[in-house]
Amino acid sequence: MIDMSESEKPVSLNSYIRLCGVVFLVVLCTTSAMIATSFSHIGDGWTLKVALILAIAVVNAFLVAGYLMHLLSEKKLIYTVLAFTVFFFIGLLGLTICATNGFPPGTVSH
Amino acid sequence: MEIPYTIETRPDTGLYNAKLGIWLFLASEVMLFGGLFSAYVLLRVGAEPGMWPHGWLNVTLGTINTLLLALSAITTLLAWAACKVRDFAKFKIFHACTILLALTFLGIKSYEYHDKLIHYEVQLTNGKFADGHLVEESKDFDLANKTGTVTLHGRIVEDEKDLMDLRSPEARSAKLDEITIAAADIKKMENYGPKHNTFTAIYFTLTGLHALHILGGTIVIFYMWAFGGAMWKTDPERFTNRIEVSGLFWHFVDLVWIFLFPVLYLT
Repeated sequence: MIDMSESEKPVSLNSYIRLCGVVFLVVLCTTSAMIATSFSHIGDGWTLKVALILAIAVVNAFLVAGYLMHLLSEKKLIYTVLAFTVFFFIGLLGLTICATNGFPPGTVSH
Repeated sequence: MEIPYTIETRPDTGLYNAKLGIWLFLASEVMLFGGLFSAYVLLRVGAEPGMWPHGWLNVTLGTINTLLLALSAITTLLAWAACKVRDFAKFKIFHACTILLALTFLGIKSYEYHDKLIHYEVQLTNGKFADGHLVEESKDFDLANKTGTVTLHGRIVEDEKDLMDLRSPEARSAKLDEITIAAADIKKMENYGPKHNTFTAIYFTLTGLHALHILGGTIVIFYMWAFGGAMWKTDPERFTNRIEVSGLFWHFVDLVWIFLFPVLYLT
């Protein structure tokens, strides 16, 4: 099987213009949805709203990474690099959050 | 000396070198912004109840900037596609659009920064707080010597907590007036710059670093737009690869903003 990344495939400018039009429309809709969620009265506090807004942001990010950065059809090596990045990124967030309450004995809080 | 694998792919990686290089660089960038995002989470979670600001940033301007960056990401992709079909004239048009959109983004960001830097919170000696945009300072205004007056366009509140949620019904219905305050009545006066509180500190750090990335990307794109013609004539395939690599960086910058906008402006 030939492993051909998106950048090596034959390109038609018009097909890219159509793709970009669709991506922009979806970005427009998702951005509107994020703003609407932010100003809505969902839930008691901010927790549910923040979760919803970030979920919509992930959809936006998927569009940019998948279609504009061609990540939907890239080489295996790039996926490997990204897998390591995700692992270390989660580790970075996780370790910081785990350390939030991990004060040494005798620490004075103000 | 010829640089290897600028066009043809390396047999072991299946990629040309610059493409692998930019992805490794972007991986390091993820960790850079990841550290700052985790700092944001910690600051927000650790804030005293009712002391994390809401509605301090202009959502309209943030939305316009989001759409500007999305459009610029699209014109970047189209510029690369134009190179692929060997249409240099269209490449020039698409990348000119990218540069204009990026400069507009930076212009709006500068306006937002300026708005924060002329916005003051004034702690009064009677325990109240005045908050608003600076209108004027009298010529003899000197906070250290307690002389002169300062005029703000804003309001006076009883408690600093009343300034935290600008989306609350009270804040929305508040009437803004011109307030003139004597220096003798001022205990502390501070603008909404990075040192104002943890929110403004992380806001200026995150958006400032992002704006530097936009500026750097714009300079690279401008260089290729203005001086890329020579390489295009001699080695169009290599030039196209350069456009792809700079485009990947640009898309990453867009990706970062996709998370910065909701995190800072909407939540």
